[in-house]
Amino acid sequence: MIPILFFFFAAVAIASGIMMIVHRNPIYCALFLILTLFAVAGLYVLLNAPFIAAVHIIVYAGAIMVLFLFVIMLLDLKSETSRQRPGGLPRILSIIMSGVLLAELVLFLRSGTANLPLVEGDLIIGSTKEIGNLLFTEYLFPFEITSVLLLSSIIGSVILARLKLK
Amino acid sequence: MPRNIFKTLQQKFSDFILEAYTYRDDAIVVVDRNAIYDICKFLRDDSRMKFDLLMDLAGVDYLGRDPRFEVVYTLYSLKNNNRLRIKVPIDERNPQIQTVSTLWKIADWYEREVWDMYGIRFKGHPDLRRILMYDEFKGHPLRKDYPITKRQPLITAEYTNNSTITPTVELSNKAMDEYVSEEDGLKVKHMFLNMGPSHPAMHGVIKIILELDGERVVSADVGIGYLHRSFEKHSESIYYNGVFPYTDRLNYVSPLINNVGYALTVEKLLDIEVTERCKYIRIIMSEISRIADHLTCIGAMAMELGAMTAFIYFMQAREAMYQLIEEVTGARITISYVRVGGVKADLPERYEKRVGEQLKKVRAEIKQVHKLLTRNRIFVDRVQGVGVVSKEDAISFSFTGPLLRASGVDYDVRKQFPYSNYDKIDFEIPIGKNGDVYDRYLIRMEEMEQSCLIIEQAFEKMPKGAIMVDFEGQEIPAEKMADLGKFGQTKNLLHQVAVTDPTLLGSNKPYHDMVYAPDKRVSLPSKEKTYGSIEGLMNHFMLIMDGYGIRPPRGEAYFAVEGANGELGFYIVSDGTDKAHRVRCRPPCFAFVAGFGKMIEGAQVADIVPAFGSINMIAGELDR
Amino acid sequence: MVEGIGIVLLKLAFVLLFVLNFGGLLTWVERKQSALMQDRIGANRASIFGIRLIGLFHTIADAVKMFTKESFRPVAAEKFLFTIGPGISVFFALVGFAVIPFGDVLIIGGKEINLQLAPLNIGVLYLFAVAGMAVYGVVLGAWASKNNFALLGGLRASAQMISYEVALGVTIIGSLMIYQTVELQEIVRWQGGTLWGWLPKWGVLMQPVGFILFLTVGIAQSKRVPFDAPEGESEIIGYFLEYSGMGFGMYMLTDFVETVMISAITVTLFLGGWQVPYLMADGFHFPWGATWQLENWAVALLQVGSFTLKVMFFLWLQMTIRWTLPRFRYDQIMRLGWKYILPISLVNILITGLIITLLK
Repeated sequence: MIPILFFFFAAVAIASGIMMIVHRNPIYCALFLILTLFAVAGLYVLLNAPFIAAVHIIVYAGAIMVLFLFVIMLLDLKSETSRQRPGGLPRILSIIMSGVLLAELVLFLRSGTANLPLVEGDLIIGSTKEIGNLLFTEYLFPFEITSVLLLSSIIGSVILARLKLK
Repeated sequence: MPRNIFKTLQQKFSDFILEAYTYRDDAIVVVDRNAIYDICKFLRDDSRMKFDLLMDLAGVDYLGRDPRFEVVYTLYSLKNNNRLRIKVPIDERNPQIQTVSTLWKIADWYEREVWDMYGIRFKGHPDLRRILMYDEFKGHPLRKDYPITKRQPLITAEYTNNSTITPTVELSNKAMDEYVSEEDGLKVKHMFLNMGPSHPAMHGVIKIILELDGERVVSADVGIGYLHRSFEKHSESIYYNGVFPYTDRLNYVSPLINNVGYALTVEKLLDIEVTERCKYIRIIMSEISRIADHLTCIGAMAMELGAMTAFIYFMQAREAMYQLIEEVTGARITISYVRVGGVKADLPERYEKRVGEQLKKVRAEIKQVHKLLTRNRIFVDRVQGVGVVSKEDAISFSFTGPLLRASGVDYDVRKQFPYSNYDKIDFEIPIGKNGDVYDRYLIRMEEMEQSCLIIEQAFEKMPKGAIMVDFEGQEIPAEKMADLGKFGQTKNLLHQVAVTDPTLLGSNKPYHDMVYAPDKRVSLPSKEKTYGSIEGLMNHFMLIMDGYGIRPPRGEAYFAVEGANGELGFYIVSDGTDKAHRVRCRPPCFAFVAGFGKMIEGAQVADIVPAFGSINMIAGELDR
Repeated sequence: MVEGIGIVLLKLAFVLLFVLNFGGLLTWVERKQSALMQDRIGANRASIFGIRLIGLFHTIADAVKMFTKESFRPVAAEKFLFTIGPGISVFFALVGFAVIPFGDVLIIGGKEINLQLAPLNIGVLYLFAVAGMAVYGVVLGAWASKNNFALLGGLRASAQMISYEVALGVTIIGSLMIYQTVELQEIVRWQGGTLWGWLPKWGVLMQPVGFILFLTVGIAQSKRVPFDAPEGESEIIGYFLEYSGMGFGMYMLTDFVETVMISAITVTLFLGGWQVPYLMADGFHFPWGATWQLENWAVALLQVGSFTLKVMFFLWLQMTIRWTLPRFRYDQIMRLGWKYILPISLVNILITGLIITLLK
């Protein structure tokens, strides 16, 4: 059962990921990205990490992607289909970035990490309680650093919004 | 008082004052068109004159006379509490006049209407478009040479073909797409939204083209005319009493006030006075209508804000008022109750008690709604500071009624120019401060209470008697009386009493003299007199037959009553025949709608709804 | 295996019947209750063979009307999204009920059946995830209609729902700190205890502030009056402006299902879910010492009944609010959410934390 589900989710994730890149309508791109996120959340559930799956959906699909859609909807409704190919610096940058990603993938596959044996038995790293405990004991420092980072970005965005108002 | 004005004007603009006189106590100045702007500016700004409200601006067509047209300005001074009428003759060959839209903001729309109706151009007008008629309309309908039977259907066979409509739609879409405005040096594309005419809050009869920046209204263009029924044209084609059914349809929420206003104007033209009892009946019926109107306005506004329950409560209260109206007039909306020189029939028996009961109901519902809304945080937040109109703007747009009073100006026709014995009644006029929707709401709520008090006082002061009169003769059905009269069996008919059907109840002889002015020029004789005596029959004949009827002397009069929305003025020009030469109606909410675009600029989309609810736009009187 | 699937299917059927019937009935309740409040008679004309049954048949008549009406689609609309929009909306409104426990354990033939569709150990988080997804149905439908009014509705909806999702999460953290779990069945069991031996330990008593805030935010999430700016029928008509027939029907159903949902969650989190005061697994144990033994099936029945009654109470409450208050303006809703509810719930968390630490 689980392998079938795994391949199903994996296939959906990859297919919708590709669709996201190739589709011309930005709204559909965003929707395919959401589908990808769902499929990945499904993989998390299969990995016995329901908390991560739930948070994944709440944060990415429930909040961030809504904002994406929000912005895309605010754009001009008529010019969405005539998306232009980026030229100049963005183009070069994107080629470099994809190259780096490809290299990483190749290195990862060749290093043999991908061939590790499956771990049997109950893994409890994914439950809410475990994650909570870990966050507030072992990883307290990174956790707090993240909060500070978020706080500063909130303040930053507020200031930016204020500046524009004036 | 008018003498001083005439003197000052003649000193200052001696070359341009063609004539200055008073007629029926109206001060009238006829001026040359080249000086109209200067004279208006002087009258508005001079500290002795201070004519700060342009109450009305209308055209008149004297076909066959040279100069053919006339533009009539009715000014009002808050300081001196007087009106002045300026008439400007305009040549047919060059129908042009300087605009006054820079002096009074309301003139913008008034002048558009005169252009639309008469084809008189206003030099320097920023935006001289048609206003009541549609853009495709050919000609100017109120000109005397435009036949009343001529029709110009907008939708013709070629329009039903889809291919002819689509290009124009696409064209306007394209224009909107390409419209770019600038803000702080940035190029900004705004969204356009057609609010109305098919929009729930626009009552199906008004269109607002909104330019939106997100939810904020950048600019708004209000379009009216969807309910134009040529009231003024019709009124020129029918005898004086025949206009009443048309006035019912002006402000259809409080039609009785329109009836009263029109009747009083014709009576002023004829210089007659109605009976005491009739005056009080008119007061009572006007105030009942005013309550009904305010109930509708506040109820509808609350409903559009989502407070459905308050709306239903007020509808129940209004139902009580409509029942009262129905008991007197036999109808609920199209009442046609008032006549020149009187009212159709006397009040029914035990009416005072009925009114007392119904007013109790209304007061209970008002109390309920006070509890539901007046201090409801959400409601107050939605209406406070919304749709604000400053005192200056309100005057410049010549707002009247609750809206002007909400902006802090003490002006009520019932107090300033008392008619129908309003001066004998003790009541107060609530005045607001901020000119926002909340103040308008509070003022309307308080005015309803004042109206209740007025009704109660009117009943106290009303001369009684006729109601309890003992009939001398015997009663016979009216139709039988008519039959007897037709066959000449008039013996004793004069001493009998006709029993009429319910809608005419109270119009027979004992009541007749109480509610009709004793003036044979205007008042129909009672059924008994008509069928029982030759004098009565002749009188009846003279008033009913085509070409006879009520014939006011050649002249003109402006008279205003306090409608539920404000000053409801009628300007009637008589040429001595039984049909009016010109009937102009000054609808109070025309000014509100003219100022509405400014009212909502910078507001949120959601604010349009309470602001629009608070101006109580009644399309019947707006578009006429 | 087959038996297990059978039981799950039975539970599924029960939950769906429960929710959909309540949703359908709510259309009737809304009409009748508003009629009562406004001195009207309300809908009562639909009849079968002359039997009117105080207008109850209107729910059926409504459904028939919705199904048989033409489903109109504007020419300019985005076909695919326009079609699936209402479906997404209903789907996410319904799946939330999977984790709501409607009773304790029912024992049939020695088999223990947990009266909850999906005992997820992330219970509350699952609810949030589902609530967060609900906005898509609205936004996609609005955008796909290609109508400026609908678009405004969609924008208002997405802004409002994102904002209130944050508040929704924060308002109940105080309660979760007390319950020490996010599993809903556990939360309900926790509320079975008593304070000082006689007062049921329901969430509303432990977290009164959290309760009021949560209810407010919940109503805001379901986009009902006074928070119905996305619909605002007299302002922008709403995100479903272009929908007719069943498309509109589904959006309306979503509204009602979400109303039931909010009631169910509130009951579960703050009113002891299926708990009946002093009812244990084997019967009543009153604080004054008396006991009343009951069979397991009777206990389960009482629990399901208790849950239903409580949900109905909150449905009534929401209807009363809906027919009493006017509508907020869009920016006022945002201000309320960010400037009042969020800070107050943060303070609530702080105080709850302090008290918990002090009591330890």
